[in-house]
Amino acid sequence: MSKGKKLTKALFNPIVTGTIIGVLAPLLVHFGNPPNMGICVACFERDMAGAMGLHRASVVQYFRPEIIGFVLGAFIAAIVWKEWKSRTGSAPLVRFSLGVFAMIGALVFLGCPWRALLRLAGGDLNAVIGLLGLAAGVVLGIGFLRRGFNLGRARPSMPATGLMLPVLLTAGLLLTVLVPKIGEGLAFFSSQQGPGSQHAPLLISLFIGILVGVFAQRSRFCTIGAIRDTLIIRDRRLLTGIIALVITAFATNLLLSVLTDATYFRLSFAAQPVAHSSYLWNFAGMVLAGLAFVLSGGCPGRQLFLSGEGDGDAAVFVLGMIAGAALAHNFGLAAIPDRIVEGSLITGGPALPGMVAVGLGIVFCLGVGFSCSGKYRRG
Amino acid sequence: MMMMMEVDARGFSCPQPALMTSRAIETLKSDDEVVILLDSETAVENCTRIAEKSGCYISACKEGGITRLRLKKP
Repeated sequence: MSKGKKLTKALFNPIVTGTIIGVLAPLLVHFGNPPNMGICVACFERDMAGAMGLHRASVVQYFRPEIIGFVLGAFIAAIVWKEWKSRTGSAPLVRFSLGVFAMIGALVFLGCPWRALLRLAGGDLNAVIGLLGLAAGVVLGIGFLRRGFNLGRARPSMPATGLMLPVLLTAGLLLTVLVPKIGEGLAFFSSQQGPGSQHAPLLISLFIGILVGVFAQRSRFCTIGAIRDTLIIRDRRLLTGIIALVITAFATNLLLSVLTDATYFRLSFAAQPVAHSSYLWNFAGMVLAGLAFVLSGGCPGRQLFLSGEGDGDAAVFVLGMIAGAALAHNFGLAAIPDRIVEGSLITGGPALPGMVAVGLGIVFCLGVGFSCSGKYRRG
Repeated sequence: MMMMMEVDARGFSCPQPALMTSRAIETLKSDDEVVILLDSETAVENCTRIAEKSGCYISACKEGGITRLRLKKP
């Protein structure tokens, strides 16, 4: 192997990608993103659903440049390293529905797997419960994989298929930049208060997004793959990436706490930022999300990177997640964070519709699992 | 008697190609060969890693976007 090849191989290791995310995510919080939410694929797609008016929860509306950056970064990397390939046809409608329920599960926990790791690195102990739920969901999904579960083959498609999501997101970015004022015809919604109003400057968000997208595409970074591959093929390559993410995010949080006036680390269950301490629902929400992610082949971040490299089925999953976010906020399925009112803690969590939706979602995913594996599978 | 097997994993995404490869390797006896057909670099990397761990001899050739990964049990 030549020296250059060795260097790129070392550089595009999941540990390096995990470190980049671990350092840059807390920095994004420093630059303005919500606390413990430097990057959250689920929350950010939810904000984008709000920006497009698919839901009208006024505190979570913003067309997040990080998400656009992830897709464009992966797109650029796939073009440069000649891996871009337009493909589709692996059960897109099933993937869309899995995306819907994955998002509902994530919004009952209040975060995607990445944010669960970042919350852990910020001292939020609910993340431990969420990650246990996620692992339980992955283990359930592995049961189906062992029984032969799969969503069928994708086939090569015309370039338009693979270009669709990168082009649409770029158009959205242009709209955000060119029509910034609310109330003007084509302008997206943009929160004036709440998490949606908290964001780093657009160019910083976009640049970090692209950087992460390039590295994650090359290293195949995936939080669900990390658990799955460790358990079924005894391959810990991706696992090292998420361990690096937690350690470096923790170190960066401590460093930022020392260097700035803000607090980036506080160890507790109760009243963590944009989080609730309803243990059962932190667990159950992530069981649903984990199961849906493993059946669809990857965590929400990985689905964005795959969309960038031309995978039309992953792009359909992303659209499913955005639709799921709209449903979650239009029908009050998403959890409410813990609040402190007049000095006393009000524990958040999902309301009854959210609890029912998690139950239905798990039943749905089990149905998909059984019907696409073993003797029930045809074709 | 040496056996030659072919596994077509084209079009599948993670983790199917890896699972198909490790299942195929399990069925191999000494001197048996299996050829895995793959059409994504990610799958080629994953399957190569699994084959390396199992101690198989590996050779690969790529043609028209399809990689033929030939594994031989020592």
